[in-house]
Amino acid sequence: MAEVLVVTSGKGGVGKTTSTAALGAALAQTGQSVCVVDFDVGLRNLDLVMGAERRVVYDLINVVQGDANLNQALIRDKRIDSLSLLPASQTRDKDALTAEGVERVIGELKNRFDWIICDSPAGIERGAYFAMRHADLAVIVTNPEVSSVRDSDRIIGLLDSKTEKAERGEVMEKLLLLTRYSPERAERGDMLKVEDVLEILSISLLGIIPESPEVLKASNLGSPVTLANPISAPSRAYLDAARRLRGETVPMTVPTERKGFLGNLFGRRAA
Amino acid sequence: MSPAALQIVPKSDADPAAAQEPAKRKPVRFKGRSFMALVLTPEQPVNDWLAELDALAARSPGFFGDRPVVLDVSLLRLSPRMIAALLGDLDQRGVRIIGVEGCDPKFLDGPNARLAMPVGGRAAGEISAPEASTGKVGGSLIINQPVRSGQSVSFQGDVTICGSVASGAEVIASGSIHVYGALRGRAIAGSAGDRKARIFCRRLDAELLAIDGVYMTTEDLNRALRGKPATAWLDGEALRVAALD
Repeated sequence: MAEVLVVTSGKGGVGKTTSTAALGAALAQTGQSVCVVDFDVGLRNLDLVMGAERRVVYDLINVVQGDANLNQALIRDKRIDSLSLLPASQTRDKDALTAEGVERVIGELKNRFDWIICDSPAGIERGAYFAMRHADLAVIVTNPEVSSVRDSDRIIGLLDSKTEKAERGEVMEKLLLLTRYSPERAERGDMLKVEDVLEILSISLLGIIPESPEVLKASNLGSPVTLANPISAPSRAYLDAARRLRGETVPMTVPTERKGFLGNLFGRRAA
Repeated sequence: MSPAALQIVPKSDADPAAAQEPAKRKPVRFKGRSFMALVLTPEQPVNDWLAELDALAARSPGFFGDRPVVLDVSLLRLSPRMIAALLGDLDQRGVRIIGVEGCDPKFLDGPNARLAMPVGGRAAGEISAPEASTGKVGGSLIINQPVRSGQSVSFQGDVTICGSVASGAEVIASGSIHVYGALRGRAIAGSAGDRKARIFCRRLDAELLAIDGVYMTTEDLNRALRGKPATAWLDGEALRVAALD
């Protein structure tokens, strides 16, 4: 049975798209068939992060409105066969999404993939609403700072009231993905600690992604970080998170960069 | 208005120097101001509709309160006399009608003639009437999950929350509020005018505390109480907060 997962946050710039790409690729790396869907109509980014921007012909809106079928719009990743992208339209806006259209597209995707990962736009409006609407579980991407935490709390409230699952009276599973975390800065009190965030949001933890220049480097290369550099600290954190999504029990750690002699010499060159 | 009414008449004991200057006319100033009026649209049979209105008022005392109400009689085909009777019925219920629309203005006679509404106005969406499911008045509501940012819990009676109230969330109760978790949002107790209502929480970090309209923000709060189990009550006209231990 396919799982529909929404990656959401309320606040912008916390790492939803990066996390969608990284988790999608990480799940695909474990052999699952995965489709990542960009719901940020008008401000699409997932295609860039996935390195597929030159291959977009049809998009989500074309499929929602019945102008193209899924086969025409889906873009299969060149690095991993089991990973596909359904891009958003850049020229339209969120009003082009319709309830029936989105429901039909998600229904069709569920017949083809093990995982459908919906990359939600920031905000709590139409795009975010449709991205979460049909989800079975939600990954809440949060930075360890107060505004991100409060926005995440707001989104959790909406997940518990506006989704199909909530309307059926079921409980939506919500998992926290804490991104851009720096243990040193949290220890100094410059940043909220993991426990603080968990205490405020009271949901379970999917993973802690350490702050790392590798993430930006991978985005600019057009590759999910788990593919660009699988042994980097953020990649290992994402790969662990993906294993937890599959039901494995993986001890919760904050991976750090393994720097040898050469790492020290060249470590600063990137970024 | 006659110009004389607008003239400034210097008082006899005013500064003589000022009095000698020709009195300047003060310009008449106009200001725009918009109010949200509740539009009531009665349906046939009117008696059943009035009964439903009574039930709503019983569920939520003070729902009409001082709200301005516009009566839209377009769904009814009433004679001038029936309109007058309906206005009387509503007046008895304490509903303040500021205007009537949906009928020929000539139908409004006598003292009701001034109620004819000018055409216009802009629809402002549904105003949700309190649901019957909020339980009996003066009862108790128990919430077994955190109140999230942006959510608002409103209840006639006491509210108990087994969880936290997030920053940006609000709990409004006509009775007392109990929070078995951190109170980071707003807690408004005694909202319908109960001076004895209190607020209790396991961890005080509230954005705003209010009892019977007397409020306090975190800024006014004694820092030593932050993060502590605490209670708030009304002492005369002052809101008091003390640690609970």
